[in-house]
Amino acid sequence: MSVLGKLDWSAIPIDQPIPLAAGGGAIALMLAALGWVTVKGHWPYLWREWITSVDHKRIGVMYVVLALAMLVRGFIDAIMMRTHQALTVGGGSGYLPPEHFNQIFSAHGTIMIFFGAMPFMVGLMNFVVPLQLGVRDVAFPRLNSTAFWLTASGALLVNLSLVLGEFARTGWLPYAPLSERSYSPGVGVDYYLWAVQIGGVGTLMAGINIVTTIVKTRAPGMGYLRMPMFCWTALCASMLIVAAFPILTATLTMLTLDRYLGFHFFTNAAGGSPMMFVNLIWAWGHPEVYILILPAFGVFSEVIATFSGKPLFGYRSMVAATLFITVVSFMVWLHHFFTMGAGANVNAAFGIATSIIAVGTGVKIYNWLFTMYGGRLRFPTPMLWSLGFLFTFIIGGMTGVLLAVPAADFILHNSLFLVAHFHNVIVSGTVFGAIAGYTFWFPKAFGFTLDERWGKRAFWLSLAGFVIVFGALYIAGLEGMTRRLQHVAVAQWGPLLYVSVAGVAVMIAGVAAQITQLVVSIRRRDALRDDTGDPWEGRSLEWATPSPPPAFNFATLPEVGGEEPYWRIKERAIASQQERSASDYEPITMPRRSATGFVTAFFATVIGFAMVWQIWWLAALGLVCAYGAFVAFAWRDENEDTFSAEEVARIERARRGAAA
Amino acid sequence: MSAAEAQEDPYVLGRGRGGADAAGEGRGGDDARPSGRGEGGPAPKRTVVGYGFWIYLLSDIILFAGFFAAYAVLSGDLAGGPGPQELFEQRRLALETAALLISSFTCGLAGIAAGRGAMLRTQGWLLVTGLLGAVFLGLEVQEFATLVAEGAGPQRSAFLSAFFALVGLHGLHIAAGLLWAGTMMAQLAVKGFRPAIERRLMCFALFWHALDIVWVGIFTVVYLLGLAG
Ligand code: HEM
Ligand SMILES: [Cu+2]
Repeated sequence: MSVLGKLDWSAIPIDQPIPLAAGGGAIALMLAALGWVTVKGHWPYLWREWITSVDHKRIGVMYVVLALAMLVRGFIDAIMMRTHQALTVGGGSGYLPPEHFNQIFSAHGTIMIFFGAMPFMVGLMNFVVPLQLGVRDVAFPRLNSTAFWLTASGALLVNLSLVLGEFARTGWLPYAPLSERSYSPGVGVDYYLWAVQIGGVGTLMAGINIVTTIVKTRAPGMGYLRMPMFCWTALCASMLIVAAFPILTATLTMLTLDRYLGFHFFTNAAGGSPMMFVNLIWAWGHPEVYILILPAFGVFSEVIATFSGKPLFGYRSMVAATLFITVVSFMVWLHHFFTMGAGANVNAAFGIATSIIAVGTGVKIYNWLFTMYGGRLRFPTPMLWSLGFLFTFIIGGMTGVLLAVPAADFILHNSLFLVAHFHNVIVSGTVFGAIAGYTFWFPKAFGFTLDERWGKRAFWLSLAGFVIVFGALYIAGLEGMTRRLQHVAVAQWGPLLYVSVAGVAVMIAGVAAQITQLVVSIRRRDALRDDTGDPWEGRSLEWATPSPPPAFNFATLPEVGGEEPYWRIKERAIASQQERSASDYEPITMPRRSATGFVTAFFATVIGFAMVWQIWWLAALGLVCAYGAFVAFAWRDENEDTFSAEEVARIERARRGAAA
Repeated sequence: MSAAEAQEDPYVLGRGRGGADAAGEGRGGDDARPSGRGEGGPAPKRTVVGYGFWIYLLSDIILFAGFFAAYAVLSGDLAGGPGPQELFEQRRLALETAALLISSFTCGLAGIAAGRGAMLRTQGWLLVTGLLGAVFLGLEVQEFATLVAEGAGPQRSAFLSAFFALVGLHGLHIAAGLLWAGTMMAQLAVKGFRPAIERRLMCFALFWHALDIVWVGIFTVVYLLGLAG
C-alpha cells in the first residue's frame, strides 16, 4: 500500500456528474465564503470572538448555524430522492443510479439526525440553559467549545465524502452484515463510522456539560422545581445522552473492529451475531429519538406559556411526564425489530411498553392545551410553529402507537408508513420545535426580532408542504410501498408519489421563505431592534438580561425566591438589578477564550480522515499532535479574564440607558 | 477547601455584596458552602469538576457495559476454536489482579499525600502507581501475544473477538491512565500544587479506582466464570 493508504485519483468521482457537481458546488461555496472573510479582513475577529470563544451563547449560536447549514444539505438529498422516485414510475430510470441513490438516503438520514437535528437541540440548550438558570456560563466552557468543534469535525467528514470517495450505502444505521467489509468494501461505511464517532464524542461531552451545569450551577434559590420547563427537558435529554451515547460508541467500535481488524462481532462467519448489532444500535437509537424530541417539548412549553400569558399548566405533572419518558425510553427498543422473531411474548411485552410511553406524551399535550385555555393568546411565529406541532404531532404519535402493535407492524415495518411516522414526529416535532426556539430566542441572541411576515409565510408553507408530502407517503405505505426503493415498479403508487413531489415543492418555498426571513430581518434590523431585552413579555430569567446579554450574562446573580415558577422571578431579577449603584458591583471572572476545542477537533478530523483512507502514519501523527496540543493547553496558567467592577457597572449603565 | 480557594472560584464571585440585600435561603455566614442543590447558588469549582467527572465515569461504565453485553452474548460462540479453559492462565491472572489492586491503594496514598501538600511523597506514590499499572499492562500484552501466537487471536472466533475487545478496552484505559499520570507528574514537578492540578489529581484517582472496579467485573465475568466453565 502506498503512503496515502487507499487514497488515489480514483477517489474523485469524475465519472459521476451529480456528486461531482454537488461537491464542486459545495467547495466553491466554501471557498467563496472563506475568500469573502479574507478580503473583508474578518479573520482576526472571527478567530477571537467566535472560533476560540468559550462563551456558551456564542457556542450555542455556532451550533445552530451548523445545524441550519446541515438541514439545508439534508433537504437537498430529500428533494433528489423524492423527484428521482417519481421519475421512475412507469418504467423511467430516473437520474440516480442505484449505488448513488443508496448513498443519498444514507447521507440524508445521517446528516439530518446527527448533524442537523442534534446540533440544533444542543445549540438551543447551550444558549438558553445558563441564562434560564441565572448563571454566567456552563460548567465546563472549554469542554463546551471542544464538543462543538468535534461535532463540526464529524459534519465536515461526512461532507468530504461527496468529493473524496463515497458515502455509506447502508442507511442511517449501518445494519450488519451489510456494513461489514465483505459486503461494503469501500470507504463509505468508514466515513460514516469515523464521522459519527467523532461527532458522538462531541455530543457526549455536551451532555455531560449540561447535566453538570443544571445539577451543580444554578442561581441561588433556583431549586429543581423552580427551573423553567426547558431546563428540565434539557436535563432529561442530556441524561439520555450520557446514558445512551456510550452504547452507540461501543456498537460502532465493534463494527470498526470487524471492518479493520477482522473481528467477528457481527459477521455471518465464526459465530458473529448480526442480530446483536440490531439490538445494540436500537438500545441507543430509541433513547436517541427522545433526545431529539424532549428539548423540543421544552421549547413548546416555554413558547406556549409565554404567548398564553399564563404559567405552564400542570408544571409538576409535566416534569413527571418528562422523567417518565426518560426512563421508559430505555425499555422499548425492540419495537424497531418486531419482525426479527423474538417470539410472541417478547413482542407483546415491548408492544405494551411502547404504547405506554405515549401516555407521557399525552399528558404533555393536555398540559399545553390547558395552558392555552383561558389565556390571553397571542400568535407570533414561534406560537404558530408550536400550534402546528400540536396538531400534526398527535397524528405522528398515534401512528407510532399503531406501529407498536406487533401484528400490525409485521405489515407496516419498513414501509413508507413507517417513514411517514418518524418524519411526522421528527419534522413536525423536533424541527418545528427547533424553528420555534430559533425565532423565539433569536432576539435574545442578536438584539432584534425576526421579520414576522416572512416568518408566517415560512410557517404556513412548511406546514402545508409537510402535510402533503407525508400524507401521501402514509397512504403509499398502507398500499404496500416499501422504503428505500430506487425503482418504483407499481404504477398504482405513481399518483401518490407525484403528490408528494408537489408537497416537496411547497416545502422548498417554505425553506426559501425561512431564508428570506433571515435576510430581510438583518436588512431591517434597525426597525426590528429590541432594546428592552424582553420582546415577548417572557416569563423566565433569560428575559431579565439585555439582548444580546453581556459576556457575563448577569452583573449580579439573581436571587430566586417564591414558588411560582419564573414570572415573578424575572420581575424580581429585573427590579433588583436596577436598584444597584455602581459601587455595588464586583469584578467578574470569566473563562478566557481558548483554541483548545478548535485544535483538538482539527486533529480529530485528521485522524478520522487518515483512518478512513487507512493512512496509518498520518493517524499516528494526528494522535501524537493531539496529545501534544492537550498538554500545551493543560500547561496554561492563566485561564480567566476579569471584568473590573467599573466595567461591569459601565455595561449595565449602557444597558439601562438603552432600555430607558 | 480553603477560603482562599473559594475566592478564586469564578462561579462564586459576584455573589458577595451584590446579592447581600436579599438574604438568600440556605446562606449563613461568610463561609457557608453552597450545597449545589439549588439553595446556595453555583457549587464551588472542585465540586463541579468532581461531579462532571463522575458523570463521565458513568458514561464510561456504560461503554464497558456494552462490551460486557457483547461478551455475554458471544462467549459461547467458539466456532470450533479454543475456549476459556484452554486459554486462560491463572498465575498471570493473579499477578495482574494483585498489581492493579495494589496500584489502586498506592493511588489513594498519593491522594492523601497531595492533600497534605507533600510533594515528594505524592510523586513517589504516583510513580509506584504508574509502575504497577505498567506491570499490569505488560502482563496483559504478554497474554495477548501468547494467545495470538497460539492461533487464538481475535479473528479466530466471536468469543475471542469479544474477549480481546473487552479486555483490550480496559487495557487501553490503563494505558491512557499511565500517560495521564506521567503528564501530571511532570506538571506537578514544574508547577507545584495548584488548585487546577489538585482537581486533576482528584479526577485521576476517580478514574483509576473506576478501572479497578471494571477489572473486578472482567475478572469475575470473563476469567472466573470462564475457568469455571
Ligand atoms: C407516541 C410515541 C411513539 C411511538 C408509540 C412510536 C413507535 C414506533 C415504532 C413501533 C417504530 C418501529 C416501526 C417499524 O420499524 O416497523 C418506530 C420507528 C421510529 N420512530 Fe417512533 N414512536 C413514537 C414516537 C417517536 C418520536 C417522538 C420520534 C422522534 C423524535 C420517533 C422516531 C422514530 C424513528 C426515527 C423510527 C424509525 C427509524 C428507522 O427505522 O430508520 N418516534 N416508532
Ligand atoms: Cu423507537
